[in-house]
Amino acid sequence: MPKLTIDGKEIEAPAGTNLIEAARRLGIEIPHYCYHPGLSIAGQCRLCMVEIGNNPRPQIACNIQVAEGMVVRTETAKVLATRQSIMEFHLINHPLDCPVCDQAGECWLQIYYMKHGLYEPRMMDEKVHKPKAVPLGPHVILDAERCILCSRCVRFCDEITGTGELGIFQRGDHSEIGLFPGRELSNPYSANVIDICPVGALTDRDFRFAVRVWYLETAKSICPGCSRGCNIEVHYNLRRPHHNQGRRVARLKPRYNREVNRWWICDAGRYGYKFVDDPSRLLLPARRADTQADEVVWEEIIPLVAARLSAYRPEEIGVLASPQMANEDLFLLRRLVDHLGIPNVDFRVPSRASGDEDRILIKADKNPNTRGAELIGLGPRPGGLDARGVLRAARERRIKCLWVLHHDLLLSAWPEEETREALRALDCLIFQGSNANGVSPSAHYVLPSATWVEREGTFANFEGRVQRFWKAVEPVGAALPDWEIIGRIGEALGMGPLPATAEAIFKALAAEVIAFRGLSYRELRDAGKPVASS
Amino acid sequence: MAELILTRNFHRPDSHALRLYQETGGYEGLQRVLALPPVTIIETVKKSNLRGLGGAGFPTGVKWGFIPKGHPGPVYLVINADEGEPGTFKDRYLLERDPHALIEGMIVSAYAIGSHLAFVYIRGEYVQPWRRFARAVEEAYAAGFLGRNILGSGFDLDVVVHRGAGAYICGEETGLISSLEGKKGWPKLKPPFPAIRGAFDAPTIVNNVETICHVPHIVQRGAEWFAALGTATQGGTRMYSVSGHIRQPGVYELPVSVTLRALIYEHAGGLPDGRRLKAVVPGGSSAPILRADEIEVAMDVDGLKNAGTMAGSAGVIVMDETVSIPEALMVVARFYAHESCGQCTPCRESTGWIFKMAQRIVEGKGRKEDLDTILDVARRGAGTTICAFYDGAVGPYISYIEKFRDEFEALIPK
Ligand SMILES: Cc1cc2nc3c(=O)[nH]c(=O)nc-3n(C[C@H](O)[C@H](O)[C@H](O)COP(=O)(O)O)c2cc1C
Ligand code: SF4
Ligand code: SF4
Repeated sequence: MPKLTIDGKEIEAPAGTNLIEAARRLGIEIPHYCYHPGLSIAGQCRLCMVEIGNNPRPQIACNIQVAEGMVVRTETAKVLATRQSIMEFHLINHPLDCPVCDQAGECWLQIYYMKHGLYEPRMMDEKVHKPKAVPLGPHVILDAERCILCSRCVRFCDEITGTGELGIFQRGDHSEIGLFPGRELSNPYSANVIDICPVGALTDRDFRFAVRVWYLETAKSICPGCSRGCNIEVHYNLRRPHHNQGRRVARLKPRYNREVNRWWICDAGRYGYKFVDDPSRLLLPARRADTQADEVVWEEIIPLVAARLSAYRPEEIGVLASPQMANEDLFLLRRLVDHLGIPNVDFRVPSRASGDEDRILIKADKNPNTRGAELIGLGPRPGGLDARGVLRAARERRIKCLWVLHHDLLLSAWPEEETREALRALDCLIFQGSNANGVSPSAHYVLPSATWVEREGTFANFEGRVQRFWKAVEPVGAALPDWEIIGRIGEALGMGPLPATAEAIFKALAAEVIAFRGLSYRELRDAGKPVASS
Repeated sequence: MAELILTRNFHRPDSHALRLYQETGGYEGLQRVLALPPVTIIETVKKSNLRGLGGAGFPTGVKWGFIPKGHPGPVYLVINADEGEPGTFKDRYLLERDPHALIEGMIVSAYAIGSHLAFVYIRGEYVQPWRRFARAVEEAYAAGFLGRNILGSGFDLDVVVHRGAGAYICGEETGLISSLEGKKGWPKLKPPFPAIRGAFDAPTIVNNVETICHVPHIVQRGAEWFAALGTATQGGTRMYSVSGHIRQPGVYELPVSVTLRALIYEHAGGLPDGRRLKAVVPGGSSAPILRADEIEVAMDVDGLKNAGTMAGSAGVIVMDETVSIPEALMVVARFYAHESCGQCTPCRESTGWIFKMAQRIVEGKGRKEDLDTILDVARRGAGTTICAFYDGAVGPYISYIEKFRDEFEALIPK
C-alpha cells in the first residue's frame, strides 16, 4: 500500500484510492461537487484542487490516485484562493433563491459558500436564465437555474441504471440539464438523482414544500419494501406537527451499506412508507360480535384471545405469520405456536401481482424478512397444513380458529371467493396488523401493530444479512410492536413473563436458532451481519 | 525565396488529382519507407524537430513514442482537420489542394505507430475540402495506396473520413475523440493521455493535418535537412495564415525562423492604403496580442513563447490603426463564451461573464472596476480547467487589456 502525506499526516491507502478518499480517512474533507464515490470521475466542478509535491499548478484530487511518497497539501493559500474562485464562478449565475428552495439547509452551495465564499459579489450583469420547475418524471422536478452542472444525475442514469434519460444540452453558460426528446425520468431508481444532486436543482415532488429540512430528525432503518433490505434513514418531523398534513414520516433516504445497497434505493421503497401515517391505521384493539365491533383495551383483549386459542384443539387452529414481521416477533410467535402444539403454521402467502426484479437492487420477494421466517422456522410443522391448506380446511370447517398476521389474504394469488368463503366459515378470526385490509373487517379480534418505524428490531435479507432498524416515532393509538402483542398473549397462556426488549428476545433467538448463533444485537451495528452459513 | 514543400503544387489547377501528385514525386518513396523499421521513422521524426502545428507545438516524434510498446489491441491515428481557431485556414488549403500529401503522410505515420485504422476529423463547414479529400481517399484505395497489403509491403491501413458539426471545442484533441466516439464533444480528463487511452479506449495519436503532411518529406530527405530549415528547437517550414488589414491575405509557407515583420511586410505586402499597424495576433485568436512595436520576433514556437505569446496555429491576424481593441476583445470574448463546452466551472462561467463585461464597456456602460475584474477573473481561472480552451481565452482577455488599457479606460464613463 502506498504511503503518502496529506497536510503533514502520514497515511497508507490501497493503490487506486483517490486523494479525496485518502484524505477522508484522515478526517480531512476536500470540498467537491461532481465527484461521487459511486460514479465515474468527471473532474468538472474543479473544486477539489489540492497542491501536490512541487507542482506549481493545483490538481484535482478526484482524478489523482495515491502514490508512494506523494506530498499533498489541501489548505495552502493557493488552494484556498482557487476554492474561493470556483465558488464565485458557481454562484454568479445562481438565482440565490434559498428562501423558496427545498434544498436549503442541506445544500452544498450553502455549506461551501459559508466556508469558502468570497463574500463580495462582483457580478453585476444579468444572470443567465433557464427553465424552472420542470417535472422530469413522476418523482423529480428540475430547476435548471440552480444546477451547477456537476453531471452526477447524468452519470447516475448512464452508469447505474443504464437508462440514459438525462443529458447536458447547449454549451458554455447556457448548458442545461434536460431529458432527451421523448424521454421521461421514470426508471425505477429515478429519485436517487435527488439525493446525489448537491444543490436544489433536482428536488423531490413528493417532499417538495412539505417540511423544512431543519425540522427533521433521523432514525436509521431498513427498507421493508423487498428482500434486499436496503439501508435507509427515516426522516421524520415532530417539531412542526402542523406541516405536511400532520404526517410524521416526511421521507426516506438511502443509507450507505457497501454490502447491500451502496448509496441507492429504489423508488418503490422510497415512497412505500405512506401506510405509516395513513387513515387506514388500526388504532385500538377491537372485538366483534355479530356486526357490532367494540374498541377495547389491551388488558381486556389479551385474555380473550388467549382463551380462544386454548379453547380449540391445536389441529383446529391455523396461524399465518408474515415475512413482514421482524425476527423478534417471529421468534416469540414460533415459541407460542410450539407451546400450544399448533401444527398448521405458515408464512408464505403468494401475492397476486408477481413481483418485479432486476440486477440492481429490486427483488421479486416484496418482504423484508422471508429469510428470517425460514430460519426461525415458521413453516408447517410435521403433519401440519400450509397456508393454502389452512384456508381449504377452514372452508371445510376443519380449521375453526385462524390467526392472520398482516397478510391481506384477499390480495393473494388464490381465488378471492374461496378465501372469502374460508374467512366466513371460521368460528374465530384473529387479525393482527398495522392497517385495515381485506381481512380485518371480518376479524373477531383485531390486534393493532406498530409499523416498523414505530419500533425496533431486525430483518434478515435474502442473503441472510441480519440488519437492525431503529425506532423513529411512537406507535399511533394503542398499537404495539408485534412481539409485544405476541408476548402478552404468551404470558396469558402461561409461557412466562413478557421479555422486556427486542434486544432481550434477540439474545434468546441467538441462543436457540442455529443460524443466528454468535450474533449479538448490539454488534450488528449499522451495517448488520450475515447469519451463519449452513 | 525559400523552397516550398507543402505548398509546392498549390498553384496548379488540378493539384488535388492523384495523377498530378504522382507526377511530382508523390507516393514514389512509399515502398521504400514501408520497408524501414517503424522505430527508425519515429527516431527520424524526433531528430527532425518537427513540432505539432495544430496549436500546442508538442514534439511529434516524442508524442509517437508514448504509444505503449507491443500494445495487444488496436492503435489509432486521428488527423485533426477541425481547423476552428479563428484566423487559421491552412489545413483547408492542404485538404483542397493536396489531399494525397495528407494520405501519404498518414500511411507513413500510421506505419510508424503501428496503426491500421486512421480517422480524419474534418470541420463540418469544410464542404469542399471534405469532398476533395474523400475523393482522394477513393483514388488511393483504387490505386492500392490504402487498404490491404499496401504496395506489397504487408502493411494494411484503412481510413475513415468523419465530418464534425462545427464546434470549436471538437478541435481540442480529446473533445475531438469524444465527438468521434459519438458523444458530445467534451474534452476528457488527462491522465490518461490519448497515447495511452484515447479513441474507443485504444492508444491514439492525434496530429494536425499540416504536421502529418510534413512526415513523408522528413523520412525521405532526412531529419537533418528538415531541422536545418528551422531554428534550434523547431525544424522545417510552416504555413502561416495571414488575414486582416493586409495587402495580400493568404497562406504563406516559410521557414519557422521568419520574423513577424518580414512575414507582414516582405511576404504579405504590408498594410493597405498606407495605414499604420496597431497590433498583431500571431498564432490564432488564443495567442496574446502583440503591439506594433513587438513584431521583431521569430515565428517559431519558442521565439513567440519568449515574446510572451504563442505560435499556436500560426493564424496571423493583422490590425491597423482603425481597429478598436475593446471591440476586438468583445468579439473574441463572444467567441469563447459561445464555444466553451461548459464542462468546467471556471471556463463555463467566466467566458460568459467576461463577454458581458466587455460588451458593456463597448456600449459605454463600463464601470471603472470592470477592467480589474476581468483581469482578476481571467487570472484566477487560468490553469484550473480540463482543457487548454480556457487558457486560450485568457490570452486575449489579459493581453488586450494590459497592452491597450487606455483605449478601454477611454470608453468607461468617469
Ligand atoms: C480549444 C482548442 C481547439 C483546438 N483546435 C484545434 C484544431 O482545430 N486543429 C488542430 O489541429 N488542433 C487543435 N487544437 C490542438 C489539439 O488539441 C492538439 O494539440 C493537436 O491536434 C495535436 O496535433 P499536433 O501535435 O500535430 O499539433 C486545439 C486545442 C484546443 C485547446
Ligand atoms: S441537476 Fe443536480 S446532479 Fe444534475 S448536474 Fe445539476 S447540480 Fe448536478
Ligand atoms: S476548459 Fe472550457 S472548453 Fe475546456 S473542457 Fe473545460 S469547459 Fe470545456
